[in-house]
Amino acid sequence: MSIRERLSGNEATAYAMKQINPDVVAAFPITPSTEIPQYFSTYVANGQVDTEFVAVESEHSAMSACIGAQAAGARAMTATSANGLEYMWEMVQIASSSRLPIVMGLVNRAISGPLNIHCDHTDAMSVRDAGWIMLFSENNQEAYDNMLMAHRIAEHKDVMLPLMVCQDGFITSHAIEAIQLEEDEKVKQFVGEYHPEHYLLDRENPIAVGPMDLQPYLTEHKKQQAVAMANAKQVILDVAKEFEDMTGRHYEFFERYCMDDAEFVIVCMNSTAGTVKTVVDELREQGIKAGLLKIRVFRPFPGEEIADALRNAKAVAVLDKVPLVSNVGGPLYEDITSSMFNRGVHVNTINYTYGVGGRDVTADQIKSVYHDLQYTTDMSVPYRFLGLKEGK
Amino acid sequence: MDINKDSTWEELTPGGTIYEAGNAREFKTGDWRSMTPVWIPEKCKQCGLCYPVCPDDAIPVGKDLCRGEFNYEYCKGCGICAKACPFKAIEMREEGK
Amino acid sequence: MYNVKEIVANKPSRFTAGHRMCAGCGAPALARMILRAVKPEDHVVVSNATGCMEVSTCIYPYTAWSDSYIHTAFECASATASGVEAAYKSMKKQGKLPADKDTKFIVFGGDGGTYDIGIQSLSGAMERGHNLTYVCYDNGAYMNTGIQRSSATPRFADTTTSPAGNVIPGKMQSRKDLTEIMVQHHIPYVCQTAAIGVFQDLYEKAEKAIYTDGPAFINALAPCPRGWGYATEDLMEINKLAVETCYWPLYEVVNGVYHVNYKPANKVPVSEWLKKQKRFKHMFKPGNEWMIEEFQKEVDKRWNDLLLKEEMTNKPEQA
Repeated sequence: MSIRERLSGNEATAYAMKQINPDVVAAFPITPSTEIPQYFSTYVANGQVDTEFVAVESEHSAMSACIGAQAAGARAMTATSANGLEYMWEMVQIASSSRLPIVMGLVNRAISGPLNIHCDHTDAMSVRDAGWIMLFSENNQEAYDNMLMAHRIAEHKDVMLPLMVCQDGFITSHAIEAIQLEEDEKVKQFVGEYHPEHYLLDRENPIAVGPMDLQPYLTEHKKQQAVAMANAKQVILDVAKEFEDMTGRHYEFFERYCMDDAEFVIVCMNSTAGTVKTVVDELREQGIKAGLLKIRVFRPFPGEEIADALRNAKAVAVLDKVPLVSNVGGPLYEDITSSMFNRGVHVNTINYTYGVGGRDVTADQIKSVYHDLQYTTDMSVPYRFLGLKEGK
Repeated sequence: MDINKDSTWEELTPGGTIYEAGNAREFKTGDWRSMTPVWIPEKCKQCGLCYPVCPDDAIPVGKDLCRGEFNYEYCKGCGICAKACPFKAIEMREEGK
Repeated sequence: MYNVKEIVANKPSRFTAGHRMCAGCGAPALARMILRAVKPEDHVVVSNATGCMEVSTCIYPYTAWSDSYIHTAFECASATASGVEAAYKSMKKQGKLPADKDTKFIVFGGDGGTYDIGIQSLSGAMERGHNLTYVCYDNGAYMNTGIQRSSATPRFADTTTSPAGNVIPGKMQSRKDLTEIMVQHHIPYVCQTAAIGVFQDLYEKAEKAIYTDGPAFINALAPCPRGWGYATEDLMEINKLAVETCYWPLYEVVNGVYHVNYKPANKVPVSEWLKKQKRFKHMFKPGNEWMIEEFQKEVDKRWNDLLLKEEMTNKPEQA
């Protein structure tokens, strides 16, 4: 029986961590994820968890300590944002290449510079090729649920990759909303225990982790990582099915909102999806066949399935919550259009950069996107800015 | 060690983790030598100054607490032991002579 | 009573042959003897920073370490070890590991990974009080990448990023005293050691460090024939002179109390040590005598300061 509560996204994440009861948490504060280690520290201080909390002196050390702990045979978790993620960037790569199923809460915030502590997706996008499973969350419920499913996915023997649960900084991390929580015993049973086959603290079978991997070996080790990421797709669906049996809440690679006959589709991730749903409802009442594809699983990228879901649309707008500085497109746009190309899906698709540095995303802005989609025939300017203040 | 430079991706250990601790013993470094140490047991006083200095653990000490013949499978010919010996009980000679 | 024969004969080598460190490198003998100080029934997890030791001792698919070993990156061997130690504490407390068996955590880093890029994570680990031992094998430069200067490089040394040129004669900064920085972290055991004679100083200090509860730090001199410019066979003479000139004093600080373990009866002029190494060759050119004088002054000052600290911290408590 789910428990009804009111929690912010950060509180919900910390609460999930409490129920998971990892062996080690090594974390360093950074806005807006700071509250996660703070709430968790209170659980530790009150003896509500068995966790050893390591108050590391930097995010680089946070991920290093998580790698050490996970390789040692323990469950290790952490949380960070933006520049904290950038500081640990080197170790984020190593966590995946060492095949350690560390779970991290990433509260999305703009990477410097200039300095901005508010929400965008530049931090997540900067590690999209690091070999981590990346789940995006529209609200506190999804952040909580994704966190509960995380270890079952990451620790699967065909996967063994680290996993991050993303949610929008301040927008959902600090907003208190209704949420349904699961009972401690149910969570404990669902998440299960971590029993790695090879671990540093196994005195009978000592191992060496992180060798120099020269030319004859690196390519093949990277192939193994790629295979693991591909395997994660089915595991994600299987775990979601089991989760639905337990909680009644349904999850897949993405959420299809009014997509059955949708002609004009927005694709986006995290909290903006909530705003889009409101606009879709309004437009539907006016007879406009608007739809939303909200992506939950960003890595492994379910390109085939996304392309198929967009096949029958007339026009698609991909919203990238990052600045466009590459002179090509945003990361989500690139992944989607290349998947469409490979799948033979020929639909006019345009790209918006929006909501950078916590800029408010309004219903009116979303309506303007749907307007553009209805009147888009000229594809000469596929890359656009939403909400940019420009010359009169 | 079954893993070698022709091993396929299916045969390698995930993440490069090595499951056989201490298996570097299978890698012989003796062919690095250009100078070879020669032990002269008659001069050796078993003082214990040579074996700790060897970077390559190439001077075995038995249960009788006495050093034995060099382990030429690993000795790289650095000459530290010969210089450390106060009794000239180790001589460095050119490899192959 | 220290007996090198019994130790080498009966305590297994946890650092095997078959590693690929240079012939004559001053570091492997240190690592091997330090690990011999661990009791045979204790398991060890070694955390190693990127550097000469790591790239030469753990090359896939081989490892020269008979215990568990982890390398992650260059600057975070201490943080990695902190995670391993935290996992151990947590799992032991929860009954996930055997209660009656002990594991020791030993970190190895060169001066690069310890004094410079690794100092943050080292400081953090020491401050948090993890039960581990950090061993710095100090060869006075970033040797693995080709002899670049570090903050541990002695003054005037010729390195590839502080070459002795026509205008600037080598590294112009004095070396940082990391051992003293560690003392100021107020950890229970700090020491400076080198491989001398039958390695008694090194072994006994390693044993104390490893079996002290809490963080311990060992700074061990690790001469590099390639980087320092001496013939490989001269290792033990280089070590001995470093100690006899008081360039590298052998001392320990136990709960803040200094003990200078060796005071040479006749302090040898530091030029005797400098002249044996090509990296200081330019100091002996006519007109450069001032460099040797400066170097000697600095050695003398640090030595005298050390003796003063020993005197100061060994005073009986004032009423």
